[in-house]
Amino acid sequence: MAHSATLPAEQYNYDIVKKFAIMSVVWGLVGMGVGLYIALELAFPLLNLDVPAITFGRFRPVHTTLVIFGFGGNALFATSYYVVQRTCQAPLANPLLAGFTFWGWQAGVGLGIITYMMGITQSREYAEFEWPLDIAITLVWVCYLWIYVQTLRRRNQPHIYVANWFYLAFILATAILHVFNNLAVPVSLTKSYSLFSGVQDAMTQWWYGHNAVGFFLTAAFLGMMYYFVPKQAGRPIYSYRLSIIHFWALIFLYMWAGGHHLHWTSLPDWVSTLSATFSILLLLPSWGGMINGIMTLSGAWDKLRSDPILLFLIVSLSFYGMSTFEGPLMSLKSVNALSHYTDWTIGHVHSGALGWVALMTFGSFYHLIPRLYNTRIYDQKLIYVHFWLATIGIVLYITAMWVAGIGQGLMLRGFDEYGNLAYTFIETVEFLHTPYVWRAIGGACFLAGYLVMVYNIAMTIITARREEAAIEAKLAAKLART
Amino acid sequence: MFDWLLWFTHPGNSKMFSLLLLFPSFCVIMIYVLTGKQRARRLEAYKYIPFLDEPDDRGSSPNQVQDNERKHD
Repeated sequence: MAHSATLPAEQYNYDIVKKFAIMSVVWGLVGMGVGLYIALELAFPLLNLDVPAITFGRFRPVHTTLVIFGFGGNALFATSYYVVQRTCQAPLANPLLAGFTFWGWQAGVGLGIITYMMGITQSREYAEFEWPLDIAITLVWVCYLWIYVQTLRRRNQPHIYVANWFYLAFILATAILHVFNNLAVPVSLTKSYSLFSGVQDAMTQWWYGHNAVGFFLTAAFLGMMYYFVPKQAGRPIYSYRLSIIHFWALIFLYMWAGGHHLHWTSLPDWVSTLSATFSILLLLPSWGGMINGIMTLSGAWDKLRSDPILLFLIVSLSFYGMSTFEGPLMSLKSVNALSHYTDWTIGHVHSGALGWVALMTFGSFYHLIPRLYNTRIYDQKLIYVHFWLATIGIVLYITAMWVAGIGQGLMLRGFDEYGNLAYTFIETVEFLHTPYVWRAIGGACFLAGYLVMVYNIAMTIITARREEAAIEAKLAAKLART
Repeated sequence: MFDWLLWFTHPGNSKMFSLLLLFPSFCVIMIYVLTGKQRARRLEAYKYIPFLDEPDDRGSSPNQVQDNERKHD
């Protein structure tokens, strides 16, 4: 049975959590800014400015790396270090090593984007880092695993809360994926060749790519969900037993689904079918988790009227449900024949990345940051402003990409009465211009909401420091009088 | 005598091996989680762990959270 063994807040290592949270916000701002810029580049190619470093080809991995590893990665470090301490009622193991994970991770992300802009890349999606950075990241990750496991071992709570299961699965799976996907033969400090070739290389790449989504962007954020949704709602998770089934089903199924990124290629047909089957099966644990999160509010839906943080968390879960329905649908070979190589895929990724990952992170940060600084959020109304800007931005973005992708797919498959292609390639490009502009507007709305959050968080921290300084000054004055 | 072990060395059998390993494991987990009233009570008690972690949250201690649930239900 669970038992209470609270530690005073001072004994928890909040310093490292604050650092990761702040860097998450910083990298997120840069990454989303670059994202908006490349969206505009696609609509208005003039913006490439003939400067190689900022062309779409180089800026695109800068955007994905910054938002996945800079924003998402730092948010996961911050929240996992916070959640493991709070649910184990134990301080974080090895603070020095935790500091190393912070500086190592920031150096990895920073050097990564500089090298991409210089044109140095492995050309493996979401794993563009060249081999020296890959080795450095592995080192940081092993330290992260060590700290996490050691903290779990020191716990004052007999049971390991389910959020930690998800975080631990994310750490372990990411380690395996990162190592095997990056096996390469270096030929110089800045160039290497993959150990795999042909279709095996493609399969390894998408085994990594899909499971990076599955474990980095899903399992880990589910860990976040299992802690922050109950905490913010003030109610325990709907069903703990469902969370256990959710965990194991997700872990068993995700690893098999990567092949659906390679339908209609030289990948053996049985692998395609197997991965599509597992993708359909994945709907069950995904929706199980979504229902578990949303039903936590069962009987207390009124809280959504007065709590904008809960709005972020619950709408995030709704987007999770929507994108995990869309994913299995797109993994069907017949649907994939239309959707693949079109912007529908980009829309799908962003409904998950913006709708699920980013909204969950925002909700968690609005809960977490005031607690880290022992204060209240600077302006509650600004959270509503952020929520609506973000939601409208996401809806505009994914709707524009549905129009772009489905239109593009239909045009590319259109035949005339003689069996010739009905449209030239350039006609499909011309068609994409309007949805691309709408996508950029959606992205701008989302970024505007993000700027509101940056201001709100910055002011929360500044106000907390001022309050602390005022209290210290009062104390000092009192002591001087006595 | 141990020729049957050779079956595991063929990469093509890895799918069947994984299926035989994972599917029964998952079934065992399902049975473990969903059976036994005592076990169900014990497992469900763990959902209160996030509320045991700070003195400030004592207002939302397990009993109080349960009371709130009853009130809402």
